[in-house]
Amino acid sequence: MTSSNGRGRLHLAAALDQAAVFDAGSHVELARLAERGGLDFVTLDDTFARPGPDALAVLSRVAPATARIGLVPTVTTTHTEPFHVQAAVATLDWVSRGRAGWRIEVSTTEGEARLFGRRHAVPADELWREAGEVADVAARLWDSREDDAETRDLTTGRFIGRDKLHHVDFAGGGFSVKGPSIVPRPPQGHPVRVVDATEGHARRTAARYADVALVRAASPAQVAAVRDQLRQLASEFGRNPDTLRVLASLLVDLGGGEHAAEPGHGGGGPRQTVQGPLYRGGPVDLAELIAGWHADGVVDGFHLTPTEPRRDLERLVNGTVALLQHRGLFRTFYPGSTLREHLGLARPANRYAVTGGAS
Amino acid sequence: MTVRSEPRGRRPFKKHCHLAAYFPGVDNTTVWADPRSKSQIDFSSLEHLARTAERGLFDFFFLAEGLRLREHQGRIHDPDAVGRPESLTVLNALAGVTEHLGLAATVNATFNEPYELARRLATLDHLSGGRAAWNVVTSCDASTGENFRRGNFLDRADRYTRAAEFVGLARKLWDSWTPDGVSRPFAHRGQHFDIAGEFTVPRSPQGHPVVIQAGDSDEGREFAAATADIVFTRHGTLEAGRSFYADVKRRLEKYGRTPDELKIMPGVTVVLGDTAAEAQEKAAEIRRQQVSPQNAIRALEQVWGADPSAYDPDGPLPETVPVADSAITQGRTRRGDTVAIAETGVPPLERSPRVGEARPSKEKGLPIRQTAIEAGGRQSFVGTPEAVAAELDEFVRKDAADGFILQPLITPVGLDEFVDRVVPLLQERGAFRTEYQGTTLRSHLGLPDPAWRG
Repeated sequence: MTSSNGRGRLHLAAALDQAAVFDAGSHVELARLAERGGLDFVTLDDTFARPGPDALAVLSRVAPATARIGLVPTVTTTHTEPFHVQAAVATLDWVSRGRAGWRIEVSTTEGEARLFGRRHAVPADELWREAGEVADVAARLWDSREDDAETRDLTTGRFIGRDKLHHVDFAGGGFSVKGPSIVPRPPQGHPVRVVDATEGHARRTAARYADVALVRAASPAQVAAVRDQLRQLASEFGRNPDTLRVLASLLVDLGGGEHAAEPGHGGGGPRQTVQGPLYRGGPVDLAELIAGWHADGVVDGFHLTPTEPRRDLERLVNGTVALLQHRGLFRTFYPGSTLREHLGLARPANRYAVTGGAS
Repeated sequence: MTVRSEPRGRRPFKKHCHLAAYFPGVDNTTVWADPRSKSQIDFSSLEHLARTAERGLFDFFFLAEGLRLREHQGRIHDPDAVGRPESLTVLNALAGVTEHLGLAATVNATFNEPYELARRLATLDHLSGGRAAWNVVTSCDASTGENFRRGNFLDRADRYTRAAEFVGLARKLWDSWTPDGVSRPFAHRGQHFDIAGEFTVPRSPQGHPVVIQAGDSDEGREFAAATADIVFTRHGTLEAGRSFYADVKRRLEKYGRTPDELKIMPGVTVVLGDTAAEAQEKAAEIRRQQVSPQNAIRALEQVWGADPSAYDPDGPLPETVPVADSAITQGRTRRGDTVAIAETGVPPLERSPRVGEARPSKEKGLPIRQTAIEAGGRQSFVGTPEAVAAELDEFVRKDAADGFILQPLITPVGLDEFVDRVVPLLQERGAFRTEYQGTTLRSHLGLPDPAWRG
């Protein structure tokens, strides 16, 4: 049993976001670099509001070029079809052999709404309520075909055990889905769901459905406060709060030297900027910060967004991670092969399986 | 190699054959009972098929789509392979293990939105270096609608007007960035869509991904002539093929297009043997494997529209047909509904045996299953590699087709033998490429790059 503080295994993730890069090569290169550092997963953001490729497509392209690292694209829930979204995430899990995650996001602007012409922009808390429903129905659809459904019974001529396929009959506030899914249950059972819980309206959805919550905050105290609230809410939703990993999300600029923390940065901690909390300094000081926050039980790990991807990711892997490994604080190889295994999360039981418990 | 001229003498050069491979998906064509049959979903299966197709220098690899599992009286139809990957996601992964092979996804225009789908297709085109294709299908099945926000379904006419507007709008979005990388705002107001804004993806390597239209109906042919690059049609006799080919190509002129700008590719199955007799024997065995006793009963039901489950598949066909119940089967393409064909993106090749259409067999005293096997469509090309290569070449030379979409019968090895034994013979005949000439799917197909209409 993990204690309620963050002193379990340290988890590290990195964002691969680059400004409007559309070819496969540079994404593959960055993902491989992150994998060399043994990171739990990489994220790739996505929005209809700015130029950029479809993130889930990019990480599907990256999947066969990598072997262990988790792949977590942002997929929005506001203007998309829940049925297609869950099928795409499940397929990412199949093509990556159990390394898929899904960073759930909403589309808040009227500009995005106009790209679809189906509805107007609505308040964020309403969008996050719907995102929760999409996260919920996705997991039901992933369960809608049991793991052992495919029987290939030559004597009866049946390919599939029809009792092991299930309608989900989900009715949400704005949509309904009959099911079952077209995609067999993914290798991880449920691909890992990630929610940025920094904003208040996303927090209940994160506490209820996320396996990993991201918190953008410049001070340990801020992260700890959100983490406590998430764990509290998770308990109220009937979850074991230890099945929720909370990662501090920071922008990192490692452009300086080994120890180059500017006043107000690095040793002094990250600084709040318009783009979010920014750490600017050297990779060694970043390792100190990571080790410190983790040892204090504030976080389960970090999600780091390089301000200059190629430079910062390389310094992160070769500097910060190497140092954490040297101190025995971070894995030096992947003992598991799925993202859930990296995160220390069990493969969920199927809610429809007769012998399994509810997940 | 002698270059035989066309009967009409139109072509001074030998017409090349185009080849595509289809992922054996969810229907009774897939012989899952064969001991060589492996997973329908593991990436290794898809990778093997795609790599084999690329080894055979195929034009493209093709995935169908089904958005609602077939059901029978509220329960899942269980005799056939069921379960498949989401097409675009798996093709992006396959782009990472192939270099030249075109990657075609069947995606429904009824249950998707133009902005998102155009973006996903443009992304695949970027990530694959210009190898993306989209097989445009529509859906008329209310049961499929139950999985989507839209719910319900569109009637036949609306499905085609929506699909046409959808494709036109996708092309507008693909043209919304200038070739030198400047994003420009778009606006569209039509019968089905009213959208505006900026596209998030620059013009992709092919300009527009290749557009495929499946289905043989008059509406489908017109739609293809107006906007598609490939027609995925059903395979028939040489004469039927020539007639279809001539009809579709004739329609191009009024859209200001030349006959070469639309390729006609029937879906086919091939069974090879060392001798003609051995090939026929293998073909018959495959049909037996495809039509299990349960499948024979279900096939009967599909034709009757009534429940025949009380009958013994090894017993004789009943004298009278039970009363039809149109609600009995859903999520399934009905034979004869050429528009419904479009739903899965697959013309009903040898998909389901036509039991009820084979009443005379009762006189022959055959049991239900045997009748289903006899009545089921034959494989398209059965014979020695030499004979099959000659026949394929003949179809192309005589303008019954521009190429073929092969449906392997076994996942994942069903393409191996064709690539090893038939492709070299097609090459010897001068009927098929001996290396890839370009890097994009358009270059394989000999299609022009679409003009930019900014």
